[in-house]
Amino acid sequence: MHRFDLAIVGAGPAGMAAAREAAEAGLKVALVDEQPRAGGQIYRNVGQAAQTYGAQLGKEYLRGVPLVEGIDHEAITHFSGHSVWAIEKGQLALNSPDGARQIGARCVLLATGAIERPMPVPGWTLPGVMGAGAAQIMLKQSGLAVENAVLVGSGPLLHLVAVQLLRAGAPPVALVETRQRRDSRRALLMWRLMLRAGRYIQRSLADLNELRNAGVPRHMACADVALLGERRVDTVSFSSGGRRQELSCDAALLHHGVVPHVQASRAAGVPHIWSDKIQAHVPVCDSWGRTEVPRVWVAGDGAWIGGARAAELSGRIAGLAIAHDLGFVHSPERDRRTSGWIEERDFELSLRPLIEKAFPPYAAALAPADNVTVCRCEEISAGEVRQAVRDGATGINHVKVSTRAGMGRCQGRMCAAALARIVVRESDAKIDEIGTLNARPPIKPVTLGALAGMRREAEGSEDD
Amino acid sequence: MKPGLRLKSLTPDAPLVEVQFGGEALMLPEGDNLAAALLAAGIDGFRQTPYQGVARAPYCMMGICFDCLLEVDGVSQQSCMVQVRAGMDLRPARQRREGPYASL
Repeated sequence: MHRFDLAIVGAGPAGMAAAREAAEAGLKVALVDEQPRAGGQIYRNVGQAAQTYGAQLGKEYLRGVPLVEGIDHEAITHFSGHSVWAIEKGQLALNSPDGARQIGARCVLLATGAIERPMPVPGWTLPGVMGAGAAQIMLKQSGLAVENAVLVGSGPLLHLVAVQLLRAGAPPVALVETRQRRDSRRALLMWRLMLRAGRYIQRSLADLNELRNAGVPRHMACADVALLGERRVDTVSFSSGGRRQELSCDAALLHHGVVPHVQASRAAGVPHIWSDKIQAHVPVCDSWGRTEVPRVWVAGDGAWIGGARAAELSGRIAGLAIAHDLGFVHSPERDRRTSGWIEERDFELSLRPLIEKAFPPYAAALAPADNVTVCRCEEISAGEVRQAVRDGATGINHVKVSTRAGMGRCQGRMCAAALARIVVRESDAKIDEIGTLNARPPIKPVTLGALAGMRREAEGSEDD
Repeated sequence: MKPGLRLKSLTPDAPLVEVQFGGEALMLPEGDNLAAALLAAGIDGFRQTPYQGVARAPYCMMGICFDCLLEVDGVSQQSCMVQVRAGMDLRPARQRREGPYASL
């Protein structure tokens, strides 16, 4: 079995930055990522796409180039195309098209990033409905722009994806924005923060300007969103300004914020708490990224939503802090080198309340109507979950065994937060009393054949 | 088959290779993301759901949702995590169950 000082899960900004810092400090680093190339979702495929269609994706995307170049280091082994399906005391079980294997590590850093907050609205399971982030991934990875799309929801990413599609020659039909007028007013009241966030606000206004100049309509303060179609989505229906409206489209792209992807940290046994701000569970860690599980660390958006720059900085901080804990770096050096990063990271994080106020999640998707599917895998509606609670289910795992919600292949990644909110609402319990879905290995599918092959490999290679 | 998503391509055409989808031949760009390549080829029926038996199509494109599930050479896989290779045998992942689980 290959042994490393540090195994990092996720090659996004946090993972890449941590790998570089740790390697520079002398650690032998494994960087494990499911994708064929480093970058994570935010910088997906940046090493390739920067040359060909970097212009359409914009300057912020190109900030990923030096990070990707940074992991080209003799002390870093990049396990690309490898998913992690189990994490146990100092060992990671990996799977790839070439089979399963185990690696050992003195420390594990989980830099698993964010996922788009699932947006359960009527019709969201129809083909042709995707995350706005999913459309962006297709643009970054395959150079494919979704045509004739309506973007639905709230958040800076909604505007960014609209602009990127526009630049790619696939102008969206319209934006259907669920933020209410009071959300903008609340954000305006935070004027001190707005002054500090000047760079982001400027960029955001430039995006909106570009959309306006191109004549892309924006429908504001929308509610009652429903996605309609027989076999696939062909219409987005919503009400705005007291009027019911329908837009025809070939695709509906949903987005209302991002949440930490915590499947790996859950599987590693890290305690999680519910965050009202993020409206999701987050792993508990200290400001270095150290969790309560010995030698398991978290960094980046997988720990706390802060955006790409904050993720990169928290990766650097965790990388050097791990080097310190393993005895590669003395405390004074760690503290001297991380102080600037910590200051900048905390500045980035201090701006988040502005985004949370200006772009809150779509309220109706946080408390879906009875007929809306919440568990996509097992086709369980919000109404069935509510009925289970009325029938006596007391916690989230009780709901799971009585309805199968959260029992499907995604292991609750898409429905856990929705289930938690519904159970709390219906049972008058507190969110920390209802439990969380367990994440048990394999957290990604692995075949029995791959498992059998792994055993042989472990027997055959004792020495390295 | 009715065309699904319309996708505009920004890249020069990659060399195409032949794969089988549900027994029919399709030409896809070699090495491309399988889910994206199938969407671009007009496919929008990926996995079949266990009870209603309706088709799903890729939702997240990042290995989270499992709605892009296909049987790739006999093994269920998230097609958004797979790259196109010549000669792949692809089928919608069938998960039809005798349900519902009322007895539980």
